[in-house]
Amino acid sequence: MQALTNRISQVSRKPMSLWERLYLPAIFKGMMITFSHIFKKKPTINYPEKKRPFSPVFRGLQILNRDEEGRENCTACGLCAVACPAEAITMEAAERQPGEEHLYREEKYAAKYEINMLRCIFCGLCEEACPKDAIYLSETFTPADYQRKQFIYNKSELLIPHPKENPEEYKKALGNRPVKAEVK
Amino acid sequence: MLLAVDLALIIEKLVLIIVVVMASLVIAMYTTFAERKVAAVLQDRRGPNRAGPFGLLQPLADGLKLFFKEEIIPNFSSKFLFVLGPGLAMLTAMMTSAVIPWGDKVELFGRNISLQIADINIGILYVFGVVSMGVYGIMIGSWASNNKYSLLGGLRAASQIISYELAMGISLIALLMVTGTLSLKEMVVQQQSGYWNIVYQPLGFLIFLICSFAECNRTPFDLPEAESELIGGYHTEYSSMKLGFYLFSEYINMFISSVIMATLFFGGYDIPFVDETTLTANTAAILGVLALMAKVVCFIFLFMWVRWTIPRFRYDQLMYLGWRIMIPLALFNMLVTGGVILYFNK
Repeated sequence: MQALTNRISQVSRKPMSLWERLYLPAIFKGMMITFSHIFKKKPTINYPEKKRPFSPVFRGLQILNRDEEGRENCTACGLCAVACPAEAITMEAAERQPGEEHLYREEKYAAKYEINMLRCIFCGLCEEACPKDAIYLSETFTPADYQRKQFIYNKSELLIPHPKENPEEYKKALGNRPVKAEVK
Repeated sequence: MLLAVDLALIIEKLVLIIVVVMASLVIAMYTTFAERKVAAVLQDRRGPNRAGPFGLLQPLADGLKLFFKEEIIPNFSSKFLFVLGPGLAMLTAMMTSAVIPWGDKVELFGRNISLQIADINIGILYVFGVVSMGVYGIMIGSWASNNKYSLLGGLRAASQIISYELAMGISLIALLMVTGTLSLKEMVVQQQSGYWNIVYQPLGFLIFLICSFAECNRTPFDLPEAESELIGGYHTEYSSMKLGFYLFSEYINMFISSVIMATLFFGGYDIPFVDETTLTANTAAILGVLALMAKVVCFIFLFMWVRWTIPRFRYDQLMYLGWRIMIPLALFNMLVTGGVILYFNK
């Protein structure tokens, strides 16, 4: 009969020789194989102490961006909420009052901005939708908490640290990702 | 006076008993840790390394967890026997340590203290008697559980231990013909001056080794608790520390059978390539205990190494191996040993 593939292999039905029937040599061989694994490199890393490097397009928890002077980028246009397939984002817009120019970059800002991290699927569509480079996905991941309501992140948890007041934290939060070209 | 009570002797033995029991418990505890570590290392994993430095507190955490678990006694079980089972398993596992010579004499407070709880002249028979009692713990526990998987596990344990005890005993007879004594202490003394018994009885040792794997219910003979077929085998219904006792007694059995193999075939507390008479009594005793422990560690590693290499036997293969191969082989070994002894003593 014509074989369908060339991967066919004939099974040997020969009765075992005395050496094979002793089993002990084969057992010894097997034990040597397991013993050799003692000296193999372990692929496991000690996770919390050591972390694997992420790819530059890794999508972790969202972060709300500020510009170089520390003003919030978000204008509460709602595009991210519209883009979100999991409907995890809600926001309330407010008008910038005179004297708040150092807080918000444009005349409108998000008074309330919440992301439900239990709904979020980390697809990154909010980042793609944002015209102001205000939201992006960071390298932080695996949030842990005891209550479900703690997973609804509000603005204070999402905002990036202030670049002037807390430059080191800001740099860390920014990571080494390429910054998206801004559309003015 | 015939009935004069030597108080110092009683205290000495009591202390020795406590030390030996504690030591075997601690060693068994850390054997569970070592098992996990060895398994991990042989499988390119890391093993427990969170609790304490290098995970050394892991067995404590495990024990604590077992104590805090809910105690469940099934409604349809016979309650007394259900509790008796794990207790008996633990007791018989611990009892064997009484006749093992852990080391030579130690001079302490002007007394010569033998590092052996009881040097009885039927030492090895006592070990055999107690070891074969070990199956009662499993049988009673599995019967009392009123669960078919438990019962199957218990039946398997009983028939397996009985089958392999025969070959073990016969292989031991050959050894006894060589040594001419039943006292474990005397066997060690003989091996200290001459060669280790493994030289005279290599086949006997192999049979003894395989049988002790079967006696300890270790892979490839772990059919009584074959997880994939019997859920948990004889301890399916057990929970909390009663389960812990069963698991623990297995590790104590492993430790004790390692000690016995080291004593019978590898010189016990004999330090290889060192003449003990050149050392002072105390150093010789301490080094001897360390030497015995080193041998035991090697055996325990062997137990684990085999466990993580060889798959479990099928039940008929197990019986075939026990009755059709091990026993004839042991008889052959006994016959050859007898013949050789007869020839040379002519």
